[in-house]
Amino acid sequence: MKTKLSAENLNISFANKQILKNVNVNFQENEITALIGPSGCGKSTLLRSLNRMHDLIPYADIQGLVKLEDINIYAKSIPVTEIRKRIGMVFQKANPFPKSIYENIAYGLRINNLPHDKTVIEKALTEAFLWDEVKDDLKMPAHRLSGGQQQRLCIARAVALRPEVILMDEPCSALDPVSTLKIEELILHLKQKYTIVIVTHNMQQAQRIADKTFFMYLGEVKESGNTKDIFENPKHEMTKNYISGIFG
Amino acid sequence: MQHKRFKLSSIIEWGSLTGTTLIVCFFLVVIILEIVFKGIGSMSWEFISSIPKEGMTKGGILTPIIGTVLITLITAAFAIPFGICCAIYLNEYAENNKLTRIIRAAIRNLSGVPSIIYGLFGLALFVQTLQLGTSLLAAGLTLGLLSLPYIITTTEEALMQIPNSTREAALAVGATKFETIKDIVIPSAVPGILTGVVLTLSRAAGETAPILFTGAAFYISDTNGYINQEFMALPYHLYMLSTQHQSIEEVRPIAYGTALVLILVVFLLNLSAFYIRYKFRKNEN
Amino acid sequence: MKYKIRILLDTIFKDIFKATGLLVLFLLGGILALLIYNSISFFMDVKPLEFITGMEWNPTGKSPKYGMLPLILSTTLVTFGAMIIAIPLGVGTAAFISEYAGSRLKNILKPAIEMLAAVPSVVIGFLGIVVVSPGLANLADLPNGLNALNGAILLAVMALPTIITISEDAIHAVPKTYKEASYGVGATKWQTLRKVIIPAAGPGIISAIMLGVGRAIGETMTVLMATGNAALIPKGFFDSVKTMTATIAIEMGEVPYQTTHYYGLYALATMLFFMTLIANLVGEYFINRFRKYHAT
Repeated sequence: MKTKLSAENLNISFANKQILKNVNVNFQENEITALIGPSGCGKSTLLRSLNRMHDLIPYADIQGLVKLEDINIYAKSIPVTEIRKRIGMVFQKANPFPKSIYENIAYGLRINNLPHDKTVIEKALTEAFLWDEVKDDLKMPAHRLSGGQQQRLCIARAVALRPEVILMDEPCSALDPVSTLKIEELILHLKQKYTIVIVTHNMQQAQRIADKTFFMYLGEVKESGNTKDIFENPKHEMTKNYISGIFG
Repeated sequence: MQHKRFKLSSIIEWGSLTGTTLIVCFFLVVIILEIVFKGIGSMSWEFISSIPKEGMTKGGILTPIIGTVLITLITAAFAIPFGICCAIYLNEYAENNKLTRIIRAAIRNLSGVPSIIYGLFGLALFVQTLQLGTSLLAAGLTLGLLSLPYIITTTEEALMQIPNSTREAALAVGATKFETIKDIVIPSAVPGILTGVVLTLSRAAGETAPILFTGAAFYISDTNGYINQEFMALPYHLYMLSTQHQSIEEVRPIAYGTALVLILVVFLLNLSAFYIRYKFRKNEN
Repeated sequence: MKYKIRILLDTIFKDIFKATGLLVLFLLGGILALLIYNSISFFMDVKPLEFITGMEWNPTGKSPKYGMLPLILSTTLVTFGAMIIAIPLGVGTAAFISEYAGSRLKNILKPAIEMLAAVPSVVIGFLGIVVVSPGLANLADLPNGLNALNGAILLAVMALPTIITISEDAIHAVPKTYKEASYGVGATKWQTLRKVIIPAAGPGIISAIMLGVGRAIGETMTVLMATGNAALIPKGFFDSVKTMTATIAIEMGEVPYQTTHYYGLYALATMLFFMTLIANLVGEYFINRFRKYHAT
């Protein structure tokens, strides 16, 4: 297994409040890694630091290294847009552009100067299990799709850019169980091509899809390892309490 | 007895609030009916399409209509781009620091500055300092300055309605901040921005005080509006016909006609703004 | 290469946006500088005390008089009259819209108020001449009705939309729990409105009134057309008055540039600027207090 993405001694504070403390993590290629932990433990902050989504927050202070293979993604010489093209992101609440379904996929391709003809769009939508449902309505505004469809459209939008890593921030938290299962199936399918990091509050979800699980608490990674080991044999008392639902 | 008193007082109570509301509505009705009924007699295609004749006692109001359209266009051309850019700065870029707070306070104060003071400022800046003379351009720019704070405020409100997740979506596919604003944020905010712009322009079109010394003319014989010359405008025309004309009683029908055209223009602009807002809200749900 | 252009555009536009933000500061700074600079020129010729306490405004007389007292009293009288009319009407209407009107009626009333706000001031002034003035002349048996009362009525109409809209927002923002608590102890709707809702919305209503005052003080065309414009110390509502705004509007068109009279009008404008500024700042203070109070 090859390490695709890693963070070394990562410390992040917002307006002098430390959110992440000395985080060291590795994400392996073609694996799904779940970040779990109680609200406010810093898992979303960690996720968003992996494609520089904090860049626009003026009071964010980021120390340490985040590496995509051997490139430091925070290096001055690396364009942030290039990083975000290679490391895609799917958000908690489906956020399609207020444009047509077609344009939702085409936009990212166009600004990145990539081909954006219909075959590319079709491929992305197919990969996100959405093509059959929307192939006749590509001109329809994306916000008319159901919540689950919108989220798959967002995944298609990320996939279309052929990223190496896809970051997912609780992608199913706003969806019903049926849509959730469909997206989980999709995520498992995507792992053949991409490295996936997913933040989730749903313990069952982590167990169903993740190869590795990292448990975070108060800005630190307390425990990490194979999902099976974490859930069946947690080393820390705190991890055990969290996954059994005693707190969180 | 107790019960009866309670009932009577509650009728008075309800009546007093209904009464105030009715009086306010009565004002609006009087304004509209007075202008419509007395103005409709002067209305004709001829009135709208011909220039004032015989010392403005005859003929129509084409010249002031053209002047009002042109000055509103100049106002729009100045205030819309500047106002939108400033709103973008405030909502998308500005940090919450001292400078930003000062800019916001300045905008709030500017929207409270009396329009006559804008007229003085336009006179000093455009007419005298920039040597534009009393002209359509100077007056249009003066109205543009007056409109600026309203356009900024309404545009910023429209931008605030766009959720941050929409911006993040664009950034996450590799768009720069400018591309995010240009391609995603602004197009989503267009209905809100448009509503504010149309309302602001309708206000500008009806303004008189700022154009008093910056270019509005009592009378010009030429229908063509030249940007560097004085012009006639509907609100000023109405003011002049009702207070300054040598035979005020004789031109009263023309004054009513002018008032009718002016409120029609303003109401139509307002109605179109309501329509945009209504359609937009409907689409959202 | 393409990427470099994108980044360049990103930086250029960031600067353009920021520059327009600063333009607003220059605009306000420019207005202030103009007013103060010309006022200073004025006070080189006329003593500030004479300007502030002078009982006569007659700049074109043989010995010009620059006392602004008649003008400031005119403005005050007309504004005061306008508020006496507009406050009860405005607050009553706001309470009706917020508390009594059904949603269908609301959907008619609210656009109606916006329509009233949209009527150009020159049209209101025109109606002052053709409707209010003959009406007042008949009622009070005067030669004409171009006086302070006429101006006050018109300014009330102009200030009403501001007062109604902001008061209604304030009344609407009073937490529902207050009302429920009041009904819970057996109060009627009216008692709740008077004893609970209006006091709770108080700062918001005060701010609505102050913004209405600011609007009335600064309004030019209506008072210019409907108050008769006699620059004398007014003794009552049936006297003709000449407000500060009307004075500037009338005299600026005729005065030669850079004379004492010209500067005097700027000094008047400076007074006007600060009067509206104070009204607006007080309004803003109360609206902030209201928001803070109900924020939690």
